Amino acid sequence: MTPDLEPEVRRRQRERARLMAILLGIFAVLMFAITIAKMTINQ
Amino acid sequence: MTSLPIAQEPAILADWRDLFALTKPRVMRLVIFTGLCGLLAAPVPVHPVLGFTAILCIALGAGAAGALNMWYEADLDAKMKRTASRPLPAGRMDRQTAMHFGVGLAAFSVILMDLAANHLAAGILALSILFYVLVYTVWLKPRTAQNIVIGGAAGAFPPLIGWAAATGDISTLPLLLFAIIFLWTPPHFWALSLFVRSDYANAGVPMLPVVAGVQATRRQIFLYTLPMAAAAIAPWAIGLAGWIYGATAVGLSAVFLVLALAVAANRATEPKQMGPEKRLFAFSILYLFLLFAVLVADKWMLA
Repeated sequence: MTPDLEPEVRRRQRERARLMAILLGIFAVLMFAITIAKMTINQ
Repeated sequence: MTSLPIAQEPAILADWRDLFALTKPRVMRLVIFTGLCGLLAAPVPVHPVLGFTAILCIALGAGAAGALNMWYEADLDAKMKRTASRPLPAGRMDRQTAMHFGVGLAAFSVILMDLAANHLAAGILALSILFYVLVYTVWLKPRTAQNIVIGGAAGAFPPLIGWAAATGDISTLPLLLFAIIFLWTPPHFWALSLFVRSDYANAGVPMLPVVAGVQATRRQIFLYTLPMAAAAIAPWAIGLAGWIYGATAVGLSAVFLVLALAVAANRATEPKQMGPEKRLFAFSILYLFLLFAVLVADKWMLA
């Protein structure tokens, strides 16, 4: 990686890390909601 | 797949927007919509969270299939104007990233569908991804002019998956919805391939207009419209949908037939003079949207 590309790579890394954190958060909430929904149906 | 002329220099870390572009978001809209209609047309209530998750899985599965298609066809995409700016042929991403993204997304969507819905829905979702990637992309597309006829089945699975996610089984109505999309795909796609046929010819893809000629393709478009119209009207004719759907299906199919007739009557060979083909292509998208939307509206209003 050439030095002039480094700021762009860091920017992309930051963006992807932020997006991944958001998606993992949504996934955790979704799994919780699925569990509650399944428990409600089975009651 | 042979050598890798795409992105000889390792591309720098892919931008997330390019990863998103791999999922073919525009194609995904129709997939999500028909899947949602299959789910809503089912005769059982679905828990909103589980219904949302099922549609999410259909979308992710379609995205995964799109990503794997772009991964496999990167060389081909580079030869066509329409696809040359995609992330892989444009060199904005390396191939391995696209492949890992596609496989990971496919596995995730199927596992999540199994957790949220049932084995049947997850199984059909897995089958649809494999069908699109292996049967259509790898096997049929580079080999036969009938690629889109058989490969069209891949796009017809979503309503079946939506229905299976809601009910846990498959009955006549979802099979008819499958048949509608299956028979709709050839006239829809051939209309497009008529006015971009030079792209396909340059890339060596044996699409029907390239192999059999423009007039033969126009004839086939009209001929396929007939069984498509019959399949569209069938849910009403055999009593699985009400008069609202029946009247709409008859009206929309009549317009489709008129537009297909205009295509069959056209003798132009230059894309600029292919107004009837462009009109049919645009209407075919509206046709499917309206048909499925009215099916759900009919079910709910006449319930």
